[in-house]
Amino acid sequence: MVTDSTEVLSLQGVQAYYGESHVLHGVDLSVKSGEVVSLLGRNGAGKTSTLRAILGLVGRRSGSIRVFGQECVGQSPHQVARLGVGYCPEERGIFSSLSCEENLLLPPTLSAGGMSLAEIYAMFPNLQERKNSPGTRLSGGEQQMLAVARILRTGAKLLLLDEISEGLAPVIVQALARMIRDLKAKGYTIVMVEQNFAFAEPLADRFCVMEHGQMVMSFAAAQLSEQRAQLNEYLGL
Amino acid sequence: MTQSSKSDSSSRTQWYAFGLMVLAFAVLPFWVYPIFLMKVMCFALFACAFNLLIGFSGLLSFGHAMFFGMAGYVSAHAAKQWGLQPELAIALATLSACALSTLAGMLAIRRQGIYFAMITLALAQLVYFLCLQAPFTGGEDGIQGVPRGKLFGLIDLKSTTAMYLLVMAIFLGGFGLIWRIVSSPFGEVLKAIRENEPRALSLGYDTSFFKLIALILSGTLAGLAGATKALVFQLASLTDVHWSMSGEVVLMTLIGGLGTLFGPVLGAAVIVSMQNYLADLGSWVTVAQGVIFVVCVMAFRKGVIGELASWLKRPL
Amino acid sequence: MEIFGIPSQALFGQLLIGLINGSFYAMLSLGLAVIFGLLNIINFTHGAQYMLGAFAAYLGLTHLGLSYWASLLLAPLITGATGMLIERVMLARLYKLDHLYGLLLTFGLALIIQGLFKNHFGASGMPYAVPPIFAGSFQLGFMFLPKYRAWVIVMSLLTCLLTWYVIERTKLGAYLRAATERPELVQAFGINVPRMITLTYGFGVGLAALAGVMAAPIYQVSPLMGTDIIIVVFAVVVIGGMGSILGAILTGFGLGLVEGLTKVIYPEASNTVIFLIMIIVLLFKPAGLFGSEK
Repeated sequence: MVTDSTEVLSLQGVQAYYGESHVLHGVDLSVKSGEVVSLLGRNGAGKTSTLRAILGLVGRRSGSIRVFGQECVGQSPHQVARLGVGYCPEERGIFSSLSCEENLLLPPTLSAGGMSLAEIYAMFPNLQERKNSPGTRLSGGEQQMLAVARILRTGAKLLLLDEISEGLAPVIVQALARMIRDLKAKGYTIVMVEQNFAFAEPLADRFCVMEHGQMVMSFAAAQLSEQRAQLNEYLGL
Repeated sequence: MTQSSKSDSSSRTQWYAFGLMVLAFAVLPFWVYPIFLMKVMCFALFACAFNLLIGFSGLLSFGHAMFFGMAGYVSAHAAKQWGLQPELAIALATLSACALSTLAGMLAIRRQGIYFAMITLALAQLVYFLCLQAPFTGGEDGIQGVPRGKLFGLIDLKSTTAMYLLVMAIFLGGFGLIWRIVSSPFGEVLKAIRENEPRALSLGYDTSFFKLIALILSGTLAGLAGATKALVFQLASLTDVHWSMSGEVVLMTLIGGLGTLFGPVLGAAVIVSMQNYLADLGSWVTVAQGVIFVVCVMAFRKGVIGELASWLKRPL
Repeated sequence: MEIFGIPSQALFGQLLIGLINGSFYAMLSLGLAVIFGLLNIINFTHGAQYMLGAFAAYLGLTHLGLSYWASLLLAPLITGATGMLIERVMLARLYKLDHLYGLLLTFGLALIIQGLFKNHFGASGMPYAVPPIFAGSFQLGFMFLPKYRAWVIVMSLLTCLLTWYVIERTKLGAYLRAATERPELVQAFGINVPRMITLTYGFGVGLAALAGVMAAPIYQVSPLMGTDIIIVVFAVVVIGGMGSILGAILTGFGLGLVEGLTKVIYPEASNTVIFLIMIIVLLFKPAGLFGSEK
């Protein structure tokens, strides 16, 4: 698939608050079509808040957030989502009152080009096996697969993934890595928040590091060896 | 929902306010009808007791009238039918309120917060229907002509002055007790539970037990207020166990300021005055109360004393 | 004919009344459960909105000559619309706060609505005629079954089952159930959850008003008709537990029947029996008969 260099996501000087708490102090980020960007940083650096700010799930926001060229800093979450954003939250958010398949079918179609149910089951055969089980009866790994799979149906082209490898067995984590590579090959743009640097390292085109609600490093995968020392300092490794 | 206290011990502002309150009640009967002031004090104690539960423990009871009214019936019956001396009638009635609140608490505390309001409302409605039907309550007529009797067998309470002093003593005593409870370590635990119950649980506090004790204290003092009121007006009636009475005490506390010490007192004064002066307007009182509820919830959540305390940056 | 020493006419007559009451308990507790599920507030105004439905029918008839059937359609729509206005203008601002404020607001609104109507119409009830198509009764041998009462039971069952179906078996219902669990995430999928909340509140209110219209020919139309029934419905909701829609329906009908039976066997306890059952349920199954501990 041809990736053009259009900017799919752009944050400029984004400030965000949860009530009184000032969590983002001017974040800049630029993601091009087809890129896989890994958002790194210590606990509390503001990585999850950045993803939530893009979707409008924080309190007050200011600055500029452009998704597929549209300014959306003032929009409500459902409007931002409809621009073609798929979100996989840290807690996965599988609905206990729905079966696995109902969970999968829940997010509405946002635009054309989403994967069909058949294609999803081809990519995630174990979800087809468990399709009638209540969503929360699935194992941790299956729930994570489900959480990502359901946003692939919608036609969203920009995927925001929060800590998808967290707490999962190595075998599952490898399967997730393969999935990310597949999605990248299909042309999805992905922003991944990851504490587990080992997971992110082979997958990302670019690394962005956050600290105290700001972006402090941003470099391409090719520059990793030069930047490694400073990166380790920021990550406390 | 309420302001957090700025200091652990009672502040000087609170002592000044207390002094002012005592002075006011000591001096006002020379200008204002003493029976009216006694009514205010009884309702003020009722509201303060209610506030102990909502303002400091975060539990909204919509059935507090059951403690207030039931104790009124017990004290009226004890004074009239059994000829008990006033202090004994009130004590007995307060004890009955304690028992009732223990029973109610054991049922209501079992469910989470939002159900608590519905359960207390339903229990109070049960008490209302029992009072409506039971022979000793006199049904629709209530218990009338309750004798005030002689306090300790010596002081004739038919004298308005003597009765006034008794009511004032009971009110200030009850108020003082609530003040002590709120400032004590027990009170601090209650506030912690109100702020963040899961955290209090993780610290090892049996939150259900604390909430139950708070309810019992609240219900008992509400009963004390109701028992006293029955002797002041020499009447116990269905109005005092009706759900609208439960609603009124919520309103008094809301308008005065949830979680403040003096808010309920002011709120009681306001609502009792409103009822007195608007009595001819019938159902407009209900509408006015509803409007005050809505306005307070939408725009004035801290209540009068709450706003004052906020402005002064001192607890009240 | 006598059953257990009670004349069958009396027994079945009371059971019928119980079933009728149960129909209203079911419809009202269903509305409360739907509203509570999504908004997490206890709609104290529910009783007043039930009353508004009945009054809409009464005023529609006396001032505009609207038939029962027109009222059955219009009253829920109009009352539901006022409900949506309340939600947009007032309730929505309270979601960020302790949800007890929502309770206090709806309580205050109930006082205002009831007070205004009581001022204007007085406390006594006004009659509303049974629609002519339902005049008369079915002769069943062991009892007479008034046609209008049969209609009420059928209509409320249909309404409850339809609501259950929409919530449990349709896509819209799936969105509702998902939004009850995780409103933010459902928004992040592109669903306009705030609008869904407004419509849900409107629906719950409309359901109450529909019950009111149906109640008008049976009970008298009075400003106070909402208050006493709503407290009983709260007890019904506590007994059933707000966990399941089907639970609310079964509990409503069931308790109505129990109340009717009590009226025959031990009349003095009939207005307290539901509260007593609530106490028993709280002692042995605090989450309610169909509820689940959260």
